[in-house]
Amino acid sequence: MENMFALLSKWPLVRQIRERKDGTGIESMSAKTRAMHARIDDAKVARSICPYCGVGCGQVIYHKEGKLISIEGDPESPISQGNLCPKGAASYQLLTHSRRETKMKYRAPRAKEWTEMSLERAMDMVAERIWESRKRTFVHKKDGATINHTTAICHLGGATLDNEENYLIKKLFTGGLGMVCVSNQARI
Amino acid sequence: MPGLGTSFGRGGATTAQQDLANADCILIEGSSMAEAHPVGFRWVMKAKERGATIIHVDPRFSRTSALADIWAPIRAGTDIVFLGGLIRHLIEHNLYFHEYVVHYTNASCILSDEYGDPEDSGDGYFSGWNAEKRAYEGDSWVYKGGDLSRPERDLTLQDPQCVFQKLKRHFSRYTPEMVEKICGIPPDLFHKIAHCLAAASGPERTAAVCYAVGWTQHSKGVQIIRTAAILQLLLGNIGRPGGGILALRGHASIQGSTDIPTLYDILPGYLTMPRKGDETLQKYLDNYTKKTGLWSNYPKYLVSTLKAYYGKSATLENDFGYGFLPKLTGNHSFFEFLYDMLDGKMEGMFLMGQNPVVGAPNGRLQRKALSKLKWLVVRELVEIESANFWRESPEVERGELKTEDIETEIFFFPAAGHAEKEGAFTNTQRLLQWREKAVDPPGDCRSEAWFIHQLALRLIAKAKASDDPLDEPLRALDWWYPEDHLGDPKMEAVLAEINGWYTNPVATGADRGAGDGVLFGGIDRQGNPHHGPQVNGFAELKADGSTASGAWIYSGVFGRDGVNRANARKSRDYLGHGWGFSWPSDRRIIYNRASARPDGRPWSERKKLIWWDSEKWTGLDVAGFVQGKAPDYEPEVGAEGLDAIPGDAPFILHEDGLGWIYVPKGLKDGPFPTHYEPLESPVSNELYSRDTNPPELWFPRSKNRFAPPGDSRFPFVLTTYRLTEHHTAGGMSRFLSHLAELQPEMFAEISPELARELKTRNGDYVCIVTLRGAIEARALVSRRTRPLHLNGRTLHQVALPYHYGTAGLVRGSAANDLLSISGEPNVTIMEAKACTCNIVPGRLPRGRAFAEFLNKYAPQTGPVVLHPEEPQRDVMAGGGGHAMEGKE
Repeated sequence: MENMFALLSKWPLVRQIRERKDGTGIESMSAKTRAMHARIDDAKVARSICPYCGVGCGQVIYHKEGKLISIEGDPESPISQGNLCPKGAASYQLLTHSRRETKMKYRAPRAKEWTEMSLERAMDMVAERIWESRKRTFVHKKDGATINHTTAICHLGGATLDNEENYLIKKLFTGGLGMVCVSNQARI
Repeated sequence: MPGLGTSFGRGGATTAQQDLANADCILIEGSSMAEAHPVGFRWVMKAKERGATIIHVDPRFSRTSALADIWAPIRAGTDIVFLGGLIRHLIEHNLYFHEYVVHYTNASCILSDEYGDPEDSGDGYFSGWNAEKRAYEGDSWVYKGGDLSRPERDLTLQDPQCVFQKLKRHFSRYTPEMVEKICGIPPDLFHKIAHCLAAASGPERTAAVCYAVGWTQHSKGVQIIRTAAILQLLLGNIGRPGGGILALRGHASIQGSTDIPTLYDILPGYLTMPRKGDETLQKYLDNYTKKTGLWSNYPKYLVSTLKAYYGKSATLENDFGYGFLPKLTGNHSFFEFLYDMLDGKMEGMFLMGQNPVVGAPNGRLQRKALSKLKWLVVRELVEIESANFWRESPEVERGELKTEDIETEIFFFPAAGHAEKEGAFTNTQRLLQWREKAVDPPGDCRSEAWFIHQLALRLIAKAKASDDPLDEPLRALDWWYPEDHLGDPKMEAVLAEINGWYTNPVATGADRGAGDGVLFGGIDRQGNPHHGPQVNGFAELKADGSTASGAWIYSGVFGRDGVNRANARKSRDYLGHGWGFSWPSDRRIIYNRASARPDGRPWSERKKLIWWDSEKWTGLDVAGFVQGKAPDYEPEVGAEGLDAIPGDAPFILHEDGLGWIYVPKGLKDGPFPTHYEPLESPVSNELYSRDTNPPELWFPRSKNRFAPPGDSRFPFVLTTYRLTEHHTAGGMSRFLSHLAELQPEMFAEISPELARELKTRNGDYVCIVTLRGAIEARALVSRRTRPLHLNGRTLHQVALPYHYGTAGLVRGSAANDLLSISGEPNVTIMEAKACTCNIVPGRLPRGRAFAEFLNKYAPQTGPVVLHPEEPQRDVMAGGGGHAMEGKE
């Protein structure tokens, strides 16, 4: 008899009558369901901005233990109010897709394939290339006037970079190295 | 953006996207905003919900047109005629905002008797044309007496020499009939639009204009924007809620990359790069400092920039290191140095987040140029076409280039993405928004900041070990930045330098200044005290070396309280104060003195923004005016600086404080906008005997030829555009499965009428051919493009998305292979939005058969110069000068 009672009390209908629930709330969930939670629940949050066009939609980036979890529109942005377009909504994939390059690659003159190279070595080599090209092509004076520039090393790009990065590029390339051929996608 | 800069003072959008919701009418032209800036377009829709009329003028019926109240199809490259027609309409019918125009613009200013208008001669030239130099001498364009600060004015606007009368005459032939003849817009549609705009003008109402590269990428792009500026000044829409001109910019930080430029001809904050001949600091400052208006502070901004660059090495004795800055000797913009690359004069190149092989005009020349470099550094997320041109380009496939012959040494550095580094983008409305870093980048991926910083440390070490005088600027460079665990410079340290500080060092020892305004303890890499407290705004900057500021216009973003305002995330009002930092001085709508009447009261309750409260300017935005300057303030004779700007002159960057309907100084192709045909056009200019913009830079070369007007081999107009699902040259979209699946293939939009003519059906392959190249695409036949009727002639337009290339998940021909390299005279932008082409049904031949095909439809031999207005010489000697612009 006690067994029967125990069995009956497991019957959801009886449980719901006893607990005065209508069966549409949490009482209808299994223990497994109840233990489930959103993957962003205990994630850290970084406030960010979409990297695509110039609208500047707000993004909320969820991450945990150094891994991205998801990127969503920021509802508090006065511009985008939580919305993202197809590109902005794909920006999680932009950072995590399998075609993304994560290794330094080097192509020697006339080579048919890339070879791998350490970042340190590549940085040393690039510093060496720029040093030599600059020494070879630097012009101190033209028509008697001081110009102190080189037109044989150039830079292209900037509209997708941060302001601080553009600042450092111009400071080093133009202010330090005398490169005048510096350009990007923008036309003022 | 000299179009906006010369008209109003600052090269940036005048308003905020959210403010579009307040407009009573919105004209979108040169942009498909719903597709290219979809989330910004929500504010257009908000305006529509509130009853605004939305007008879309565009060659192509897009989703923007579908949501607009009025769509007017237009022939690509004729916008000045349409906008000029509207200007004429407003003047003829006395529909302009009279009080605004009289007080706030230079309509009343008297011009010199020497000024000659294209209407005088009918040939399309202003006075001062020097045919030999292919350049204007602008001396005759200035105001009578030559004084820009205190021009003579006639407030009745009746003097025949006043700007208003000159404007009236200049556009007198831009009639509705002429608009139909040139643009293909029928008069009834023109009148409907003119009525809507005129109805949204006055104290109670405003209209806004939105544009994108559909206006800028033309041989007269700056002048198209100028025409819109004149229109908006006549309607009284600048500096007011629901008004303004919103330049819709296509990259996350393209505004930022002009404000803090990676461009050759300016320094941060739109300071001019010194040129050969600007020998000393004094000479340079004399050349660029204005006597009146905000630019009278030029020395303060420039010296503060030098102090930010060279720190302690910039002293009063050495002209604050002015001599360390290189001097320009000509046009060093991308196309000029591209030709140097082709000629083997360029040794090395850095490519950071740009894919010119797909994104820049004349792709075949772009690829060839890269193959002539000694070394190339590419920093990207994926292996873009500009990184693998040596093995996967169409030229390699066709046997025109051989991998084993290409000498270029290539360093491919994988880049960090936007969530893997911190820093600020400046969006389309001048808003700096900070991104917090979420995670470290994977593998070898690093930020551009890391790359530049690590390169700088290596180069500065080499310079310090050398005694070569040419390394002096490197030795002087102030590279003090503290690092994080990856070796990235701390970006808030860079932001603090951009904002500016007092140079007298105050070492606090604390990692982050606690209320004393000195970040990171004010300690440099050697542990020495480095700088003092941050300044609160550019008003604190000095010309004596006591302040440094890397970009004066951003000053205030990171003030003495140590609060990074770019990272502020609590928006308090509809303009978004409390969210990000809008330069200048967190002003959301610039020139906002114009939102009040000359006497300081709001124009109306409905359109109030800032007003005079009998002691100061106050209201809903940060006032763009001297706080305590009364509306009735009259400057004394001989007043200088901001003191010379009267209390009712809102455009304080101009010497006269006025909005410039007429640009007396600062443009290379004329003080008023004038219609010229695109460099390649199916028709001749109906208005003047000159077809093309006179000082245009053509970049003539055998692989960069232009078809003459009406060339029957190229009967169709070609224009290019963006898809919602792809981004620019595709590096951030074609490699992603979600986006690739949504837009999987290159196509060409043509009308059913043209398809019938070509005997082509929807989905068939067609080849599009110009003198520069040939590509293939699927025909997308729809009513979205329609034949235009000009002068009784039917004209077909073809529209191509430009995102595709040979790498990534979805591949296709690059539309830019068809375009020419050319340079608008003021900014050297190419004419990407209007040229002529032919269409040949069928597939594009592969391999060596391609050359035969191209030669058949676009002969690749023969004279280089085919257009009668193109300069005759091919290549000029020496670096630069490829465009044959007026030599300095």
